[in-house]
Amino acid sequence: MSEGKPDEQLYDFTVVKWFSIAAVLYLIVGALVGDFIAWELAFPALNFDNPYISFGRLRPLHTNAVIFAFGGSTLMATAYYIVQRTCHVGLWSQKMAWFTFWGWNAIIVGAVVTFPLGLTQGKEYAELIWPLDIMIAVVWLSFMFNFVMTIVNRRVSHIYVANWFFLGMMVMITYLHVVNSLAIPVTLTHSYSIYSGVHDAMIQWWWGHNAVGFFLTAGFLGMMYYFVPKQANRPVFSYRLSVLHFWALMFGYVWLGAHHLQYTALPDWAGSLGAAISIAMIIPSWGGAINGMMTLSGAWNKLRDDYVLRFLIVSLAFYAMSTFEGPVMSIKTVNALSHYTDWTIGHVHSGALGWVAMVSIGAIYHMVTRLWGRELYSVSLVNTHFWIHTIGTIIYICAMWVSGIMQGLMWRATDDYGNLVYTFAETVSAMHPYYVLRSVGGVLVLLGAIIMLYNIVQTIRGAKQSASAAVAAKA
Amino acid sequence: MSFQEKLEKNVWGLIIMIAIVVSIGGIVEIVPLYYLDNTIEKLSQDEDSIRPYTALEQEGRDIYVREGCYTCHSQMIRPFRDEKERYGHYSLAAESKFDHPFQWGSKRTGPDLARVGGKYSDEWQVKHLIAPRSLVPESVMPGYPFLMDALVDHTVTEKKLRALSAVGVPYAEADFASAAEQVKGKTEMDALVAYLQVLGTMVNFEEGKDYRE
Repeated sequence: MSEGKPDEQLYDFTVVKWFSIAAVLYLIVGALVGDFIAWELAFPALNFDNPYISFGRLRPLHTNAVIFAFGGSTLMATAYYIVQRTCHVGLWSQKMAWFTFWGWNAIIVGAVVTFPLGLTQGKEYAELIWPLDIMIAVVWLSFMFNFVMTIVNRRVSHIYVANWFFLGMMVMITYLHVVNSLAIPVTLTHSYSIYSGVHDAMIQWWWGHNAVGFFLTAGFLGMMYYFVPKQANRPVFSYRLSVLHFWALMFGYVWLGAHHLQYTALPDWAGSLGAAISIAMIIPSWGGAINGMMTLSGAWNKLRDDYVLRFLIVSLAFYAMSTFEGPVMSIKTVNALSHYTDWTIGHVHSGALGWVAMVSIGAIYHMVTRLWGRELYSVSLVNTHFWIHTIGTIIYICAMWVSGIMQGLMWRATDDYGNLVYTFAETVSAMHPYYVLRSVGGVLVLLGAIIMLYNIVQTIRGAKQSASAAVAAKA
Repeated sequence: MSFQEKLEKNVWGLIIMIAIVVSIGGIVEIVPLYYLDNTIEKLSQDEDSIRPYTALEQEGRDIYVREGCYTCHSQMIRPFRDEKERYGHYSLAAESKFDHPFQWGSKRTGPDLARVGGKYSDEWQVKHLIAPRSLVPESVMPGYPFLMDALVDHTVTEKKLRALSAVGVPYAEADFASAAEQVKGKTEMDALVAYLQVLGTMVNFEEGKDYRE
């Protein structure tokens, strides 16, 4: 961005502010629901025989709240923020940006109402009923259109790398959402997928893994490419690496869904293809992680006292870890053990809590200081948040590693005569201590999010006070 | 100017390139499943008694989906010795060909249900669904006593079957005509148990035959 400093007045960040606050609130909601259902698994009496709060109905609420409410709000906040700053131009349409804000939140309210009522399409991370699916498509396309038109209006010649990743996400999520959600309506709230059995399975996991690969990875890498260099005040480590890993990621991620269906009735060629590309994906994934971390090269000392930067860099460490773990789990022999167990749940959360949440938290802290033009209310609370979130995440992941691997081994254990050693019920009771431990990890993450909200609210209140103080002084 | 540099200066070009690159993997993995013959196993007449769900079973299946049973139970047995011992013959693609949506699941907090049909009595299933820990003390499953009080909404059953028929499930006119009658007065518990009891019972497996080439 050598074209000189743009005029800050060009930008409109009000919608970014609203999306940022929404993201923090949804982080709390998503973590709260998630932790509640974690306790339900540890102590099933907490279901209270009540349909509206039973595990099966709240679990989709948790996943959708975290992915689409928290993740989606963060993505929209950062996309609108980054595209303006890197294109040196205001948003193409304010009205459309507000439409996406209210539209997205209306969808989230729809999710909060429909899931406890048991209104669902029964496909993981695509449970929302068909009218809400149509709303998602409309809001998503207007988000994309506004973003693209803002780039068209840019006052710099090159499109910055962060925006490539956002564009990749927008195109692919449009494909995925539209194709996977095709259904035949029966009533306003009920429909059947047009696909069945093995075809439905392949299309669902093509969607499922790319909700991770594009929504939760490509978009968040876009975030990383803006906020890490900004917060560290250094240029991106390698332009060449960013080009290579961008295209490799775009091409490769799409194939991975089939690795969720190893040894199932999906033809073997598809699962094996998915696994082979999964292993190759370590390279582009680590390309991104290395590019982000090495941006700090020569300035590692910044990590000592810049807590926001710590969130960003540790998120990349978790990203590198879980993008190594994922390919390992896609290897058939490992998958035979890990599939259907808590190991998968642990893997998802090392990505969700370690990578997605931490890079988002870092980005939001960074934006809040710029958006409201003020230092954070308490840097030491950011530090507290960092440690409490990190420890909570590690407890969660470790508990699920142990329970997952133990579960897998107990299921397959046979004695000298070839009889199964454990009944299924015995394996369930063996999980109990780890389910409790996992829930405790979740409490820490939730606590961290509440601290974050407090810190940000105090920061914003402070900003208002100083503005009115300035007015008072003038008067 | 390199191709990459051109793309970095032209947003439409960049979008088109992305749109092409991200479509390849999905096309290669999904499209062949529709035209390769061996995607769904060929079964002999003796083996194959796979039929669409009855009206009551389909209503039960909708309750299974509604309650999110798939978040804890898989319906997909893998070809491993321990799974054969625990659950029975590995699942075939043919067995879920009428399942809209599929319910293979991804997690076994509870056991696989692909062949739970006929494994327990109806009475056991009802008692277990009402209070799981009364029969399996270690269970972490929620109780579903409320299914006993709720009646199946028979007014939409025919519409449901017609919708399924529109997406390829071979129901006949007689099925539509009798749909409401079949479920009238039945509780949601009746429907769910009817569904569970039919799971995995529609193929007569030939001992030792390799169904997956």
